[in-house]
Order: sequence, then structure tokens, then C-alpha cells
Amino acid sequence: MRIGVFVCHCGSNIAGTVDCKAAAESALSLPDVVYATDLMYSCAEPGQAAIEKAIHDYALTGVVVASCSPRMHEPTFRRTVERAGLNRYMFEMANIREHVSWIGKDKVANTNKACELIAMAVAKLRNDRPLHSQSFDVTKKVLIIGGGIAGIQAALDCADGGIPVILVEREPTIGGKMAKLDKTFPTVDCSACILGPKMVDVAQHPNITLYACSEVEDITGYVGNFDVTIRKKTTYVDWDKCTGCGACTEKCPSKNVPDRFNENVGLTTAINIPFPQAIPKRASINPDYCRKLTTGKCGICAKICPTKAIDYERKDELINVKVGSVIAATGYDLMDWTVYEEYGGGRYPDVITSLQYERLLNASGPTGGHIKRPSDGKEPKRIVFIQCVGSRDKSIGRPLCSGFCCMYTAKQAVLTKDHIPDSQSYVFYMDIRAAGKLYDEFTRRAVEEYGTEYIRGRVSKIYPDGNGQLIVCGSDTLLGQRVEVPCDLVVLAVGINASKGASHLAEKLRISYDQYGFFLEGHPKLRPVETNTAGVFLAGVCQGTKDIPSSVAQGSAAAAKVLSLFARDKLENDPQIAHVNAARCVACGKCIRCCPFGAIREEEFRGQLKAKVIDTVCQGCGLCTATCPQGAIQLSHATDNEILAEVNQLCQF
Amino acid sequence: MSTSMKIGYYPGCSAKGSSLDYELSSSEVCRILGIVSSEIDEWNCCGSTPAHAVSTELSAALCTRNLVQATKQGADIVMTPCPSCLSNLRHARERMQNPEFKKRVDELLDEPAPEVLPEATSVMQMIGKLCSAEDIKSHVRQSLAGIRIAPYYGCLMSRPAELMNFGDPENPTLMEELLAACGADSVLDFPLKTECCGASAGIPHRPLTSVNSGRILDVAVKMEADCICVCCPLCQMNLDLRQKQAERQVNAKFGIPVLYYTQLMGLAFGCDPKTLGLNKLIVSADRIVDRIRALNTARKEAQGGNAA
Repeated sequence: MRIGVFVCHCGSNIAGTVDCKAAAESALSLPDVVYATDLMYSCAEPGQAAIEKAIHDYALTGVVVASCSPRMHEPTFRRTVERAGLNRYMFEMANIREHVSWIGKDKVANTNKACELIAMAVAKLRNDRPLHSQSFDVTKKVLIIGGGIAGIQAALDCADGGIPVILVEREPTIGGKMAKLDKTFPTVDCSACILGPKMVDVAQHPNITLYACSEVEDITGYVGNFDVTIRKKTTYVDWDKCTGCGACTEKCPSKNVPDRFNENVGLTTAINIPFPQAIPKRASINPDYCRKLTTGKCGICAKICPTKAIDYERKDELINVKVGSVIAATGYDLMDWTVYEEYGGGRYPDVITSLQYERLLNASGPTGGHIKRPSDGKEPKRIVFIQCVGSRDKSIGRPLCSGFCCMYTAKQAVLTKDHIPDSQSYVFYMDIRAAGKLYDEFTRRAVEEYGTEYIRGRVSKIYPDGNGQLIVCGSDTLLGQRVEVPCDLVVLAVGINASKGASHLAEKLRISYDQYGFFLEGHPKLRPVETNTAGVFLAGVCQGTKDIPSSVAQGSAAAAKVLSLFARDKLENDPQIAHVNAARCVACGKCIRCCPFGAIREEEFRGQLKAKVIDTVCQGCGLCTATCPQGAIQLSHATDNEILAEVNQLCQF
Repeated sequence: MSTSMKIGYYPGCSAKGSSLDYELSSSEVCRILGIVSSEIDEWNCCGSTPAHAVSTELSAALCTRNLVQATKQGADIVMTPCPSCLSNLRHARERMQNPEFKKRVDELLDEPAPEVLPEATSVMQMIGKLCSAEDIKSHVRQSLAGIRIAPYYGCLMSRPAELMNFGDPENPTLMEELLAACGADSVLDFPLKTECCGASAGIPHRPLTSVNSGRILDVAVKMEADCICVCCPLCQMNLDLRQKQAERQVNAKFGIPVLYYTQLMGLAFGCDPKTLGLNKLIVSADRIVDRIRALNTARKEAQGGNAA
């Protein structure tokens, strides 16, 4: 074998604390190394050209680059060696930046460690074998989970690109949280007016199939070929027959049903259509409150329905679809703010969430757009907004910033003044985070034009004074004094979690999630839409807090990823996967049980049962190789021999 | 009820003076419930505010001596009625686990403290731990049903949360549970139950105390409470003894009795008001006593009537 070693300076990133020249010279003494040099920037065009030239000039059959993390540039250099005619797996990287130069200042020790890492990479390369991908067909259809604004945008962009879309929404209507908002910042334009047309487009687009009131039950398969089972939950209404006329909702006698769409600030009927612009505009029955379903006596809606769409016997349906890619756009839910006992723990009716306040402001909300406080229906004159309730609060284990509360609080203060001109709003805040386009200007308007009083400090206590008012006690940290604000209504800017059940979905999708349930992106900066599972993309708040413009942008970005994936008719698998040595396999089945991807099955091989890896499903995680008691499964490009060669190289003293 | 545990009783200075009625009533309630404890021999000051405001080590040394005295007489655990004493005893025990701190404290003591000191708990938590609601109910002779009670814990009992281990620091509920076991069905959801009464400002800045106590009294009266139920000698003093001062400060008339929870429990157990020290209260609790009697009599008659 003829190996070339290239030691990168990375400007001064590496060369500052590693003697790159000496490291390259020491590599020349390693077996099979016929050429070694140092390069200023090996990833830049001249650097790559130098590597290609050396491959030709010295007839190299393998290359080691000692530079940054392989997460950064392994794909870059694999392409470089491939251009020069080598197999892309005849390449190894030694990470002498993150693992050496950035973490130590002792140049002698660093150089020594760099030399050892290079020697290990050479030892592994001497055991490497060329690997080749296999190609497979792609199902050009995408599943989008979640019909909020991010999912809607992704669905429309994919559908416009000619890709059939399956859009699954858990609630009876699409629209998500944005459909509940009254106005949007910083332009104060009507949320329903800008969202509504997009919702209608979803309903009318020939490439989009919408399953509302549905959830993803199960997903198997791999990029290009996912098998999805969707559970269409029964609504007790045949939606093919229902015309959304609403006659049933008018006659339903069960009228004290908490209205989930209105965040439980109002009541609705047991059979209902969430809101006038709902898509699909179909009725559904809440079985917990339906008299027919709970007591067996009623059936008025079935009698009144002009299309005979009501069916109390209707059951859940399971639908199977095949897709090539998945976009998760499951959004968020509010955290349980009732842990704040100092704010009444949910016991005071006039302490409400900002999402509830949106419904009070909204013309299609339970109060017809007139702000009335829940306890007695009176119009509040003094309103206190409290920010960071469940955000940036380590005392309840939530250090995260929810991102958009500063802006919507300013918006709600502005709208309050518009609704009730003789009102006074107070905002308790920690910092005003208004970093978007026109955002800071907007919060200034709330203060300067709308007279909102901003008080920098936390609220320690809210209590009813016994006369129908609430007293909000807090500190004004700018004046350094205690403040008490008597008011009629308190609105809490409650922090957000990933949507309820997000972690279960993540496990079905085999993607990672953090402690708040937010899905993990492939790279926080460079792969914000991808996940670590090929073919699964993210859009909107399910990945982390964002406002509407960012959610829309990410929805479009995810769609672009799907379209570029589907631009190819065939996909290639990664050949760094597990292989079974049938001669050593004893068919114990441990690998089958431990594989998180269901990529191993039992197969008959010359009359005996043996484990068999399905090439296209295996993700190369290596669990099976660690589990196999016989050492019969080996992971290509990380075989026992390759790993042991590295260890032996390091431990030869 | 488990009795294997030996309890050392630490009264604290208030119990022998300003809150004699607290000690009278809590020992009476404990006696009825069968909670046996023995007072710590030659106990000393708990090291509360005057000491710990000057030196944490001095405060810890005072507490440690009390805990060591308790150990010497075989106590497994120390029980005190006063939240301030409890806070200091717990803080001292916690801090003494730091070897550097312990070294400094040991220098103040006659002999080095043992590595392990007994835990301290409140009389209220001890009752809650040893007696089920059924146990308590079995001793009730005069139900507290119909009495509107504002439960008030003060600032110390539940804070700091990780040290006091008293439920949610903003909304503890143990007192309500004990009162409910005594038949109380009108215990209010009192929003200021853990607010500061202003005790520590009582001498340096009296108006602040009056403002704080005045707010608590005001809200309780507006919520139509018949009485305030407390568990801290200092809170009791500020709300009861200084009620007139608070009235002048916030320009209102309250006249609301402020009873220890043990006094209310004792009344429910049918004890003589005098043995519970009710005569020590500044705002008379006579009408509470009368009302409990009247309501119980009325209920009995109604039941008797129904039976007949």
C-alpha cells in the first residue's frame, strides 16, 4: 500500500499549538507511508488540488488528512480522493484540531499527540478495504406530520413541486396555533386572514391528501421507502357526507363542553366545528360529552343531519401509505404553568395564559372579540402581563427562552389599548428580546405610542385582594424597589414545550429529542432542517422555539430538502453497514432483538438459520457488532481488525 | 402509630414566654394523640436572628449544642413548635456536614460535635407523620365544621424548600389537612398563607411590620374569615398583639382572633379553652369557642330530630 499523509495548519487554528511540519516528517517513518507534507488549508481549493496531485505523482492508494473533526470535512476529502481515482473509503482523518490544538497549549505535548493520532489513522487505513454503495428505488411521496403553519408551508411547497403529500393532523382542523391567534407581530395583521388562504390551498391542492383527526401509528423502513400506518380517529361523523352546514351544532343539547380550540375559555357543544374557517370544515363529536355516546339517549344530531352523516358506531380506521420522506412539523404546547403556586397555581380565574387572551381578543373567539375577564365578564381596565412564566427559570428546571413571548406580549399590550382605550397595561419583563426585522421598533411603539408601562423585574406573588381585584407584587430592579400593581386581569406569557407526545413520535421516527421534547437537528448551524435519520426532516417549533416567519422559512427549507432528495430516481446506501459472517453465526438472535432499525432478520443459509442484514435498512450504528457473542457481525469501515490496529498502534510502548 | 422513635422536645424561647399558649396547646394535643416526647435538658437559644445575623458559626454552635444534648438523652429526632427554631436547627445540621465549617464550629463548643446529628422536625410535621386523618378524627369531640379559617404559615415554615421539605413552598397544605381531619370544612384558600408578617422588621422598622401584617389581616377579613390559624409564635404576635398597630397603619378595623392550629385542634378535641391558653390571646377567641359549640349543638339537635 502507498499512503500519503497531509497535515493541515488550519491557518493558526492547528499550527498555533502543533508543529505541523514535524508531525508530517514523523509520519514518513510509519509503514507504507510514502509521502507526507503539511498544508496551510487542506480543505481549500489549493489544498485539495495538492492532495489530488500527490495521489497522481506518488501513485498513492490511501490518504490520511490530519485536520479538523470528520464531522466537519470527511465528506469533502472523500470527494477529493474520489476525484483522483481512489475509493472514497480509502481515506482516514486524524482530528488534531478539536482533539488537540484547541484543547491544549503545550506545543511539544500537542505535537506528540498529533503524531500518535496520525499513526493510528495510518494503522486503520492499512486495514481499510474499498467499499461500494448499492442503489435502490425511491417512493416520491412525502408524509408531513402536523398541519400548523410550518407543516402547511412545507406541504404547499412540496405539492407545488409536483410531489404527492400526505398531511396528517391530530386535531379536527389544520391551522395549528397560528389559527388561534388574533393578530401577528410586528405588522398587526389578522392571523386568520393571512393563514386562511393557505389552509384553503391545502384543501384544494390536487397533490395533497389531508388526514385530520389522525395520528401516525407506526413507521418502518428507511429513506426512500418508509411504510407508514396512520390512525384515523373516529369523529362519529362520515366526513365524506358531512357538508359542514353546522345544523347539528345548533341543535346539540350538550352545551357545556370545554372548548379546546378556544383554550377552554369558552364552552362549545358536544358535536362541533372548531371555528368558521376550519379545514376540513367538518363536524366531529366529543365522545366524553355526547349524550348519545355516554347515556345512549339523544341522537338529535343524527335526526337533524340533512346528509345522514352521523354514525355513532363509527370506529377508528388504519390507513397504510408508502412514502419516501417524512417532515415532522408537530409544533408546541404550553408548559404546565400551574407549578407556579405564587401565581395561584391555576386557582384564580382571572390569571390566564396569553393564548387564552388571544381568544378573548379574537372576533371569532368566545367573547366575540370583546375583552371580558373570565370571573365576572367585566371589561378589565388594568391588565398586567407577566413574561418568562416557565422560561429562563432554573428554579423549575427550565433555563430555555421561549423566544417569541417578548414580541407577542408587546402586541397584546398594543391590541389591549385598541380594544379598551382607557385601559392601562403593565408588563413585567426580564429583558426585551426583540431581535427580528422591525421587532425592536414594534416594542418601542408599545411603550412610546401605546403607553404600556414596562417594569423590569419578576413577580413574586399574585393574590386576590378580596374586592375583586388582583394584586401583583414584584420588584422593579431598575428603581431597586418593591412594586404592587392592583389590576383586573393577569396574562401570563407561558413558556413552551414540544407538542404533547412529541417524544413518542420521535421514537417512532428514530430521531433524537431533548429534555423538553424538541427534536434534534443534524447540526445546530449547518444542518438545521435535517435529522440524523436519513429522509426525516424538521419544520417549525418542533425543532426549537421560533416565531411564524422562521417557522414558514423552515417549512420551505424542509420542502426544498425533500425536493432535492426526490430529484434522483435512485438513492445510494451508505456502505458502512453491518455484515454477517455466516460461518461464525450461531443464530442466537441477539442482534435481531437489539437492532433499533429492524434491519436484521433470520434467513436460511445452506439449510441453517443465520442472521441477515438488510443493506438498505442498516444505519451502521454498530449495536449488533457489540452484542454478537461470536464476533460474527462486523461493521464495514469499523471492523474489529481496523479498531484493534488503531489500539495496537497507540499501545506499542 | 409508631412509638419506637424517641423524640426530644425543643421548646425554644417563645414557648416559655410570649407563646406560652402555643406550648400549652401543642403539648395538650400531643398528649391526646399519644405523641410522647421529653424536653431537652438545659437547652439554650436556637441561635435565631440575633446570633445568625452576626455569625453563622455562632448560630450553628448554639443549635449543635441543643442537638447534642438531645442525643445524650437518647433522642432519635428533635421536635420543635417554632418555625424559626426549626429553620436554625436544620440549617445547622446541614452546614455541619461541611468539614471546614464543622471545624470552625467545634472550636466554639466544649467538645467536638459528633459526625451525625439528629434531624429536627416541627410539631406539625410530627403529628402529620405519626397520625393519620382517621387517628385524629377519632379524638374529635367538637367538629370545626362551619368555621371559616384562614390558614397562615408565615414565611419560614416552608422555606427554603429544599431544606424544610414542607411541600410546595408557596402553597403548603399540611395545616389544612390537620384542620380537615378535625372536621373543618370551610378552610379558605388563603392566598397570603406564606407571605412575610414583617417580624424581623418589628424592632428596627415598625411601620413595615404593620403594613405586612395589615395586608394579611385585611385580606383575611375581606375573605370573611372567622379566625386566622397560625403556627409561628412571631406571626401570632404580629397578627394578634400588634393587630391594633396594624389597624392604625392601614386605617381599618379587624378584630379577628388569631389562634394556633394546636388551639383549634384542642378545641376540636374538646379541651378546656383555658388548658389551651386561649385566655392569653389579645383578640378574644371567645366567639370562636362559642360558635364551635353552637354549631355542634345545632348539628346534634338536627341529627337527633331526624332520628326521632
